[in-house]
Amino acid sequence: MRFRFGASILAGFLLSTPAMADDQSRPMVNFDEGRLLATGGVSAVEGEGGGGLAPWALITGYGTRDGVGVTVHHTYVGLPDYQLLTPGIAVGLFDRLELSYAWQAFDTEATGAALKLGQGFTFHQNIFGAKLKLIGDAVYDQDSWLPQIAIGLQHKENDRGAIIAAVGGKASVGTDYYLAATKLFLAESLLTSVALRATKANQFGILGFGGDRHDIYSAQLETSAAFLFSRKFAVGGEFRTKPNNLGVAREDAAFDIFAAYFLNKDLSLTAAYVDLGNIVLHDHQDGGYLSLQAGL
Amino acid sequence: MKPIFGLLAMAAIAFAMPAFAADTLYADMGGQAVIDRLVDVSVDNYLADDRIKTIFDESNMDRIRAEFKVQFCQVAGGPCVYTGHDMTAAHKGLHLTNADFNAVVEDLQAAMNTCDIPFRVQNRFLARLAPYQHQVVTR
Repeated sequence: MRFRFGASILAGFLLSTPAMADDQSRPMVNFDEGRLLATGGVSAVEGEGGGGLAPWALITGYGTRDGVGVTVHHTYVGLPDYQLLTPGIAVGLFDRLELSYAWQAFDTEATGAALKLGQGFTFHQNIFGAKLKLIGDAVYDQDSWLPQIAIGLQHKENDRGAIIAAVGGKASVGTDYYLAATKLFLAESLLTSVALRATKANQFGILGFGGDRHDIYSAQLETSAAFLFSRKFAVGGEFRTKPNNLGVAREDAAFDIFAAYFLNKDLSLTAAYVDLGNIVLHDHQDGGYLSLQAGL
Repeated sequence: MKPIFGLLAMAAIAFAMPAFAADTLYADMGGQAVIDRLVDVSVDNYLADDRIKTIFDESNMDRIRAEFKVQFCQVAGGPCVYTGHDMTAAHKGLHLTNADFNAVVEDLQAAMNTCDIPFRVQNRFLARLAPYQHQVVTR
């Protein structure tokens, strides 16, 4: 139900965009797919346009400043003791504003039984995102050091408030804010991105927000680098620090090594090795990440 | 003091070196023969591309090909001096969009593939052309 609700908000917004088009001679909603391949990034684990773990300042999809782009994605993360499934949808409006929705299901598998929650106990999370490009163009501004810069937020609603409270979490709802700077060094075939996130989230929000150790926003660093081997194929890595708010479980930084293949502007596939470190009871939660993105 | 000063001077020279390094892009692309072919193939691509071919309806294509050959040579660091229209004047009144600009880029990329220019060399060339977006795209 929640997923349908989020999707219908985005669909409603999309259908209302004709009012924003001022040129009568052009299509009301112009899905122009006018940007260059791969310049929308892929879909990050929280639904925004980015790498896998970190948001990028790029607006998702291939709509230019005269058009609209829509992406849907489905991502699977398989860890030794947990599994995450997350589908989502995002809209890029006029290469300026991005609205996204992702639904996450974090399956605790046998750990749920060990914690007396039940085998396969699953946390669910709705993530509503918005991102606004402020300045710069990551692709065109090759004569300048200025990156493309965007601000964003992610509002997260977790459905397991009672469990979160039991482990020391202070809230089941929280909002992250971030500033992202992304630059394509085209002459070096290299894309780099840095984001600063203000967050109270425990394990991306899957274990709620704030905790017995800290209940304040902290600044976290999220970086990505990708080397372009061809127009369709990029390989890179990411690093993301996280807060350490809960006394019951240490939280580590996350990193990944990814390969993304852009079949065309309508379809991309990202495969990664991801290491999330310790997640409640279990160290070394590293495994496979697979994400499929389809676009308009 | 003196050794430190010398060290600093050497460091400064080392940092400045890339700026004085020989510009090899023209040679890496294959010289004027490849650039001439690249212009012909890319212009053929533009004229066959339904997204952008009408842009050239009023153009003298022979002159455009000749101007592109000199301009690409100069942009690549070759021994040419481009004296044709400046980019702002050449595109004035065409009301080109980012989608138009990017369509040209895609056709140029396809042409560079046809001319067997390696991907990383392509990107070095495109990096020098990308800022023209500011003069070319007016709507």
